[in-house]
Amino acid sequence: MSAMTATNPDLRGFIDTRFARKKLLSIGVPVLVLAYLVYIVFAFDIPGLAGRARIDNAQTLTRDMVSYKTHVTRDNRDGETSVSVEGERKGEYPEGVTPDWVDIAGDTTTIRLGGGQVVTFLPDTALRMEIPDFGTIEARMEGREVVTNLEEPIPDWISLSRARMAITTAEGRVSFTRNRTEVFNYFYGWELFFFTFDSPYHGYAAGEILFGPRIDPERGNIAGSLEDFWHNKMWSHGQVVWALFETILMAFLGTFGAAVISLPLAFLAAKNFTPLGPVRFALRRFFDLFRGIDGLIWTIILARAFGPGPMTGALAILLTDTGSFGKMFSEALENVDEKQIEGVSSTGAAVAHRYRFGVIPQITPVLLSQVLYFFESNTRSATIIGAITGGGIGLLLTQAMITQKDWEEVTYYIVLVVLMVMAMDSVSGFLRRKLIKGE
Amino acid sequence: MSDVELDFRAHYVALVARKRLYGGIMLAIFALLMISGFMLADSRNAGGFWDGILNVFDFPADVWADTAPKLDQLPGHVVTYFPSLIETINIAAVATLVGAILGTVLSLLSTRGLARWPRLIGLFRRVMDIMRAVPEIVIALILIFVLGGGPVPAMIAIAFHTSGALGKLFSEVNENADLKPVEGLSSVGARWGQRMWLGIIPQVAPNYLSYALLRFEINIRASAILGFVGAGGIGYELKNAMAWGQGKYDEAAAIFILLFLTIVFFDQLSSHARNRLVHEGGR
Repeated sequence: MSAMTATNPDLRGFIDTRFARKKLLSIGVPVLVLAYLVYIVFAFDIPGLAGRARIDNAQTLTRDMVSYKTHVTRDNRDGETSVSVEGERKGEYPEGVTPDWVDIAGDTTTIRLGGGQVVTFLPDTALRMEIPDFGTIEARMEGREVVTNLEEPIPDWISLSRARMAITTAEGRVSFTRNRTEVFNYFYGWELFFFTFDSPYHGYAAGEILFGPRIDPERGNIAGSLEDFWHNKMWSHGQVVWALFETILMAFLGTFGAAVISLPLAFLAAKNFTPLGPVRFALRRFFDLFRGIDGLIWTIILARAFGPGPMTGALAILLTDTGSFGKMFSEALENVDEKQIEGVSSTGAAVAHRYRFGVIPQITPVLLSQVLYFFESNTRSATIIGAITGGGIGLLLTQAMITQKDWEEVTYYIVLVVLMVMAMDSVSGFLRRKLIKGE
Repeated sequence: MSDVELDFRAHYVALVARKRLYGGIMLAIFALLMISGFMLADSRNAGGFWDGILNVFDFPADVWADTAPKLDQLPGHVVTYFPSLIETINIAAVATLVGAILGTVLSLLSTRGLARWPRLIGLFRRVMDIMRAVPEIVIALILIFVLGGGPVPAMIAIAFHTSGALGKLFSEVNENADLKPVEGLSSVGARWGQRMWLGIIPQVAPNYLSYALLRFEINIRASAILGFVGAGGIGYELKNAMAWGQGKYDEAAAIFILLFLTIVFFDQLSSHARNRLVHEGGR
């Protein structure tokens, strides 16, 4: 009891200082974080962001992600009218076939946009558009000028200049110039995802293809439809699958190649296996160097030597990870239990046997789980590196993004990438459980 | 008696033989996959491996050839590019901070025993899985299209991925947390936020911090790479310096050096800090 009272003032002082420190910490840390965030708001110019943001881009993006447009185009120089999805040659309707909202009769083309709006291409480069609640707009070309029946004030959804008239309504868009008359009609969905117009299977339901009578006399329904799906020109599913495979290949080769290379090096860098200090030191610095040169720098250096492609990406991952694995493996090796090695050597085993039976069984689960973790995260890295080195799904993704119009393809690739990474997650998780816990 | 012994022995030998056979087959399959994989990757690459291997040092040699005569200008370049390096580090730091805060919330919401809405645990876990699976470059490129180039898209992209990644690691930490403080707090009528902030966070903070530091290091690399696709910082400067082409690689050399030193510095710092945290946290 007396001992306690003697230490009491000490203890009290000690606790007081600890409490004071704790109070300071619990107020100081949030204040510091807040101060840093305020600094960032100005350093990154977040107030100016609203001015730089392109809301119209965001609108285009979201609209294009879930919808597509069909173009009806008349070339006013030769009078040819064509109907195509997204205005692309590969999405063109075959000769003589039109969607049910387009009628082509000689020189006159009638397009029913919906909502009662009807656009008619008339002979001699003229155009008529009927809009309920507004009236009928008539326009024709006289020489190089657009002549219309529009009167001032012209509503803001019509833009009219000497050489061009453009009308945008909720149902679609019309553009009229000397060279071409064009109508865009918007629809929800991803167009021609399964079959393009040149495939005989276009327009058939899944049940009809699987169980119905043979559609293309040349080929069986399932084989033929798979072939046409694989070679779909609009979406090129075959290429996309190849690109996904290439990305996984990069991650696989890089990760496991690095593991194979760094395992023997790790033995040389571990204190308990290599008594030679200088060798250890040199190897450790070598690992630091390879880890420190970022994957980005390796990618740039290697792309110069090997050109773009999956090999370059795989090697970039391999080199960076050799550094990481070397460090991690040698640390794991330094933590092995010496008793097992002693036990094996007491039976008179040679060095190789000591490693094989004393060390390898101990470290295999640890190393394998680390390697599998890296494999998983490298699938993601391979997507990013692919965007720089030009291989795999990363390349397709950046290409589709740079064109800034095929957002539905971008969405498709993103969904596939996310599914791929999640699949790799579960595969590596499954393997980890299987190999390590031996379930 | 000896019959039984022989039987055991034969059985054991057979078992070992079978295990070796399986091991051997696995190794053979692995070697086959590696070799055929490399051959396939080689055939799909623009330049072949065996032609390229001789040229590996061409680019470093070019860079050195450009840098060596202008070695005196190198410190100047380093000073020029230092602000963009700071930007890259800031992107990584904010993204880690925001990601850690979001990850903490997500992890608490998806840990059994702690969750605010136990029925939604599965939902929050899936959300984290998806956030983790989205590569940073995807979000960065979309946001660059909408917000224009600069550090903000990269920051959001990295923070998004970080919240998912840290959320998963944090929830593993949470599973091992002692629930007694939470019970104590709820017995005095603390709300969910108070229970978490006062009962759980002090227990798990050292482990959280150590994971966040590791992530910070990874995020510096990510932020440099995202700069290369247009999101500001040192990566963007590197891309520009590379575009000037041969004869002007001295600026690229300065950026290489800066990037290398930064990564090594934070690598060492974070591993040192993590060692200290784990040892102190254990007490």
